[in-house]
Amino acid sequence: MAMKTSDDRFQQRVTKELDNQFMRRAVSSAQERFQTRRLQQAEELGHWEEWRSHGEEIRKHVLANLDYYLYQLSENVAKRGGHVFFAQTAQEATDYIQSIAKKKNAAKIVKSKSMVTEEINLNTALEALGCEVIETDLGEYILQVADHEPPSHIVAPALHKNKEQIRDVFKEKQGYSQTEKPEELALYVREKLRQEYLTADIGITGCNFAIAESGSITLVTNEGNADLVTALPKTQITVMGMERIVPTFEEMEVLVSLLTRSAVGQKLTSYITTLTGVKDEEDTDGPEEFHLVIVDNGRSAILGSEFQPILQCIRCAACVNACPVYRHVGGHTYGSIYSGPVGVVLSPLLGGYDDFKELPYASTLCGACTDACPVKIPLHQLIHRHRQVIVENEGKAPISEKLLMKAFGLGASSPTLYKMATKIAAPAMSPFTKNKTISKGPGPLKAWTEARDFPAPSKDSFRDWMKHRTKGGGQ
Amino acid sequence: MKVTLFATCLVDMFQGDVGKAVVEVLERLGCDIDFPEDQICCGQPAYNSGYVEESKNAMKKMITAFEHAEYVVSPSGSCAYMLKEYPEVFKGDPIWEPKAQALAAKTYEFTEFIVNVLKIEDVGAYLEGKATYHTSCHMTRLLGVTEAPFQLLKNVKGLHYVDLPGKDRCCGFGGTFSVKMGNISGEMVNEKVLNVEETGADILIGADAGCLLNIGGRIQRQGKPIKVMHIAEVLNCR
Repeated sequence: MAMKTSDDRFQQRVTKELDNQFMRRAVSSAQERFQTRRLQQAEELGHWEEWRSHGEEIRKHVLANLDYYLYQLSENVAKRGGHVFFAQTAQEATDYIQSIAKKKNAAKIVKSKSMVTEEINLNTALEALGCEVIETDLGEYILQVADHEPPSHIVAPALHKNKEQIRDVFKEKQGYSQTEKPEELALYVREKLRQEYLTADIGITGCNFAIAESGSITLVTNEGNADLVTALPKTQITVMGMERIVPTFEEMEVLVSLLTRSAVGQKLTSYITTLTGVKDEEDTDGPEEFHLVIVDNGRSAILGSEFQPILQCIRCAACVNACPVYRHVGGHTYGSIYSGPVGVVLSPLLGGYDDFKELPYASTLCGACTDACPVKIPLHQLIHRHRQVIVENEGKAPISEKLLMKAFGLGASSPTLYKMATKIAAPAMSPFTKNKTISKGPGPLKAWTEARDFPAPSKDSFRDWMKHRTKGGGQ
Repeated sequence: MKVTLFATCLVDMFQGDVGKAVVEVLERLGCDIDFPEDQICCGQPAYNSGYVEESKNAMKKMITAFEHAEYVVSPSGSCAYMLKEYPEVFKGDPIWEPKAQALAAKTYEFTEFIVNVLKIEDVGAYLEGKATYHTSCHMTRLLGVTEAPFQLLKNVKGLHYVDLPGKDRCCGFGGTFSVKMGNISGEMVNEKVLNVEETGADILIGADAGCLLNIGGRIQRQGKPIKVMHIAEVLNCR
C-alpha cells in the first residue's frame, strides 16, 4: 500500500462513500465512543491543557534539535548492537529492507501495525521477493485478508467494517464457520497468528517513540502482537518516520500519557513495550539482529517550512475522531493512507498536490481537530495554508473560481459596488425565487440547494432600513 | 455608549430581521447605534478559500470604515473572528498591521458584548417555547465565546431550554465548503437537523447567521415545524 490508495476522482470517492450506510454508521458510532472516552480520560487526569502544552513543548524541542537527537539515537542503537539505516526516500528504505530479507533467506515475515511501512509500500516490495508478509494487528490482518484493502483510520484501520462484514471476510477467504461475536472472531485470528509468529524469519514493527538517550524504541498496542513480533523471530526490523523521537524516558512517559488517552480514551493501553537493541546472552527471547530504518521520505522538506507543526504529530487520530467531515465520508474518501485532518495536511506534503489537491477543501475549518490535538498542532490553520498554496503557488484552483474571487476582490472591496450588489441581488435572483425562497439555485447555489433552501435576497436590505428608520422606535 | 454595528453581508442581504433585532436590543440596553455605510464583507469567503491577496482590499476597506468606532459589535461570531484575524493577515505591514490590531481589539460578538462589556445577563426578554441552541464553531473554538449566549438565554422568561446532542459539531456550513463540497455539507446539515428534532424543541437558536442560513435552509426544505431564530431575535421578544 503506498500513500495513494485510489485512482478514482475525489468526487467519485465522496459519492461512493456517502452511499455506504454500513461504513457511516460504523464510523459515527466509533467517533462518539472514542470522543466520549477521550474527554472522560482528559477530565480524570486533570490539567489537560497543561499536559497538552507540555506535549507540544516536547515535540517542538525535538523538531528544533532533530539532527542532534537523530545522531544520539543512532549512536546508542549501535552501542547496543543494532544497525541504523537512514533512508532518504521510500525506495531506499524498501531496498534496504529487501536486502536484509534476501540475506536472511526470509520466507515468512510478521509485522505489527505501522503507518510508515504503508507509506513506503513495504509489503508489496517484500512480496515481490516472494516473502509471505503477515500483518498481526487485528485490524490490519482483517484488511490484508480482505484483498489488501487500504486502512480507513490511522489507529483503527478496519473501522469502516462492522462485525458481520468481518465475519464474512473470514468466511469467504478462509472458510471461517463461527459467528460474528467479537470474542469468537478474535480467538480465531489469535490462534491462526500464533503459528505465524513461531515460524517467522523476520519481525517488522513501526515505532511510536524512539528514545534518543538509550537507543530504545517504544511500541504501544492493545493486542500484544508487537511483543510477539519482536520476541520470537531472530531478526527485527523497526521502521520509523524520522521525527518520532523523544530525548529521554521522561518525555516518552508524557507523550504516551497523551497518546493512549487521545487515541482510544485509555489511561494506558494493554501493552506499552520498550525494547533496546539485540537480546543479551542471558535473555531467553528477543532478536539476535536488530535494524532501525529511519525514513525521511519528504519529512526534511517539511522541517523548517510553515508546515513544520505537522511533524509534531504522534499519530493518535484524535483529530480524525473529532472531524465532522470524516464522520460522513470515512477514511477511504481521502484516497491516502493518512485520512482525516492529519491526512489532509500530511498527504499533499508527502505525496504532492497533484494527487491530493482536493483534500484541503474537505474541511469546514471548524477547528474541532485543533481542539482535540494533544500536542496542539494548529491543524485547521495548516489546512487553510494549503488552500493558499494551491491558489498562489500551485495554480491548481479552478479558473471559474479564480474569476469569481477576482470579482470578489473588486466588488467586496468597493463600498459603492458592494451597495450596488445588495440592490441588484434581489432582482437578479427573482427568476429563481418562489415565496421568498430559492429551491433550485443557479451556479454555485446549485450544490447548496440540492439539500436545502436558500433565502432570496431581501428587496430592502438591512442598510436601507437603517437609513430610513427613526431611532429608538423600530419600524 | 456608542456602538458601531458591523451587520455582516449575510444579515445585510438575507437576514435583515436579525440586524433589526440587534439594533433594537442594543438600543433598549442604552446603546447609541452607529452604522457606517461604507462597511462591506469581512473578506472571509475569499480568505478561507485561499485567496488571501484578493481579500486584503476588502479588509482594508473594513478597517477604514470602522476606524472611528469605539466598540464594533457583530451578530456573527465567525465574521467577528475574521476581524480579529486581520492583524495576522497584515503581519509585518507597517501601516495596516497597527490599524488591524486597533480594530481587532475593539471588536465584539453580540452576546459577548452584552455580557462582558455591558455587564448585563438579563435583557428582560420573554418568549414562550421549548428551545435548543447550536454552538457555532468559529464563535466558540476560535473566538472563545462559550458562556455568554447561555447566560443570556437562561434569563429569557418563558423559554424552556433543552440541550442539543452534538451541539458543538459543525453544521456543515463552512462558507464556500457548503457549495464546493455541497453533498458532504448536505449530509452534515441533515444530521444536525435530526439532532435538533430529537430534542423535541420547537425553536432552534443560534448566534451566527451563516450556520442559521444552513440549518434553517434544511429545516425549511423538509418542512419541519421548527422555528429558527438568531439569539438577537430571541432577546428582542417581550
